[in-house]
Amino acid sequence: MVPHSSKSTTGLSRFAAFTALATLGLIGLGGLVTSHGAGMAVPDWPTTCGYNMFLFPISQWVGGIFYEHTHRLWASGVGFLTILLAVALQWRAADRSLARLGWIALVLVILQGVLGGLRVSLMKDQIGIAHAALAQGFLVLLTWIAVASSGWWERSRHAPVSAGLTRWVTFLTIAIFVQLVVGATMRHQHAGLAVPDFPLAYGNVWPPTHDAFLQQINANRSDARDFAPITSFQIWVHMAHRMLAMLIGVAVVVASVRLRRSCGKASLPGRLGTVWGWLIVVQILMGAATVWSNKAADIATGHVVLGAVVLGVGFVTTVVCRAALAAAEVPGVLAGAVRHPGPVFEGRTARRVAAVQG
Amino acid sequence: MITTLKTLAGVLVLASLTSTQAVDITGKVSLKGTPPAEKDLPLDPACGKLWANEKPKTRFYVVGAESGLGDALVYLKKFDGKVQDPAKAALLDQKGCEYSPYVLGVQTGQKILIRNSDPVLHNVHGTPKLNKEFNLAQMAGGKDIERSLDQPEVIVRFKCDVHPWMFAYIGVLPHPYFAVTDKDGKFKIEGVPAGKYTLVAFHRKAHGTEEKAVAQEITVADSAVSANFTVEVPPPAQ
Ligand SMILES: [Cu+2]
Repeated sequence: MVPHSSKSTTGLSRFAAFTALATLGLIGLGGLVTSHGAGMAVPDWPTTCGYNMFLFPISQWVGGIFYEHTHRLWASGVGFLTILLAVALQWRAADRSLARLGWIALVLVILQGVLGGLRVSLMKDQIGIAHAALAQGFLVLLTWIAVASSGWWERSRHAPVSAGLTRWVTFLTIAIFVQLVVGATMRHQHAGLAVPDFPLAYGNVWPPTHDAFLQQINANRSDARDFAPITSFQIWVHMAHRMLAMLIGVAVVVASVRLRRSCGKASLPGRLGTVWGWLIVVQILMGAATVWSNKAADIATGHVVLGAVVLGVGFVTTVVCRAALAAAEVPGVLAGAVRHPGPVFEGRTARRVAAVQG
Repeated sequence: MITTLKTLAGVLVLASLTSTQAVDITGKVSLKGTPPAEKDLPLDPACGKLWANEKPKTRFYVVGAESGLGDALVYLKKFDGKVQDPAKAALLDQKGCEYSPYVLGVQTGQKILIRNSDPVLHNVHGTPKLNKEFNLAQMAGGKDIERSLDQPEVIVRFKCDVHPWMFAYIGVLPHPYFAVTDKDGKFKIEGVPAGKYTLVAFHRKAHGTEEKAVAQEITVADSAVSANFTVEVPPPAQ
């Protein structure tokens, strides 16, 4: 994962970034499918209502089919881009580990397509959760490829990031991924809002979940989308998402301030910290707006897309911090490797540098 | 051992019959409390065209004359006698981007004809918990879909994911002694053999699950039986 600055590397990086952007768009379209409750609007897969999906007449792209069908078409596009990316990396990338990542991306995108198909043909909401989680993982992988092929973190080599802060940023990025999975679990219940008010919950700090209460709220729900009745599990998951949001929100803002202080506002880690901090604030507001709008499809989907961006920025920040840390520790590479076992970037980069020096 | 007991119980029930004559159970289901206001269906343009003069609304609580509650499923909780195979198919139509009827009772194994009377495509998506889930596209002018549900289940939700406001609720019972209340809450269960039964009235929105339904013990003898129920909407949470 040694950074390169040759022309082909920049081209590869741009292409990977473009694929990542297309994937973010695909996550948005997938979000719209779930927000509109249209996941099952096309009952068959890989065909579309009996047609070859590329020949399905436009006159039939109505209602829920519109979202599901455009999601499938766009997904084919992302699949195609990923094939090109894998081939291009294999052919042009100077770093062979990048080529390997390209093939892993291709495997993931195929797996993701199959998961999406199984979600429809096996009619299992749980598969929808895995499908949403894998989408985030795939986006992170593409971001990794884009960053690693750009030589971008070379510029942050001299940023004074502490091991503690790096660990903090890494941990937060993982926590954000967990939070996205909790969010996907909520969305794939197809139960609408399990808690309809914010910041209170059914007018309380903590909502009741006993049987009589559930019957009371379900009997009085009158949304035309006639969601499945709310269960106590759904209220618990919803409240967990709120609590996690609060903890992550505070922690990211703290990390953001520390990145700016220790590296300087103009440094790469400092700027990433600034972006990350503001994004998390907007994301929490979007979450509140999702509740206040009674889960309006566009706002809920915006919340999903922004969640993916927050994860992506967290991941890039992690990568940049680890690279800076590894660079700072080059003189004591062995000691550093022992002190920080496992971390992918730091370890690998450090080992490579050690190999070069040795 | 259990089989022996069951047989014995069956014999006892038969022996207790004062007559082999079958009678009708009639009655009314009333609503107590104030249901939430019904909402306009968010029809898309293609479906909106099918409703030139009316604006269809949700059908959570159909309340008619003198607080009569429509779309409640009334049925015998248990029937141990011999049951004939269902003769007629039940019809579930899709018209004006709505399922019709909204609530339907069928017997296990009874043929259900699912029809698309609309000039648009629907997907017929049954989401049972005990029966097998299915999801089928039905084109405009497509031929009727034939399905049956083999396990007793109150209540199976049918939806269309193309039109997220389209729902139907089907109660599946292991015997033919059930009815769905009309718009004024009235029902009639025909030809019930004499015996002692638990009669259940279930409203899928007010009760949610079968365990929350209201029930009463009835005795069917020589003459027609009448039974009335009151279903309560709990007050809103806040
Ligand atoms: Cu439909």
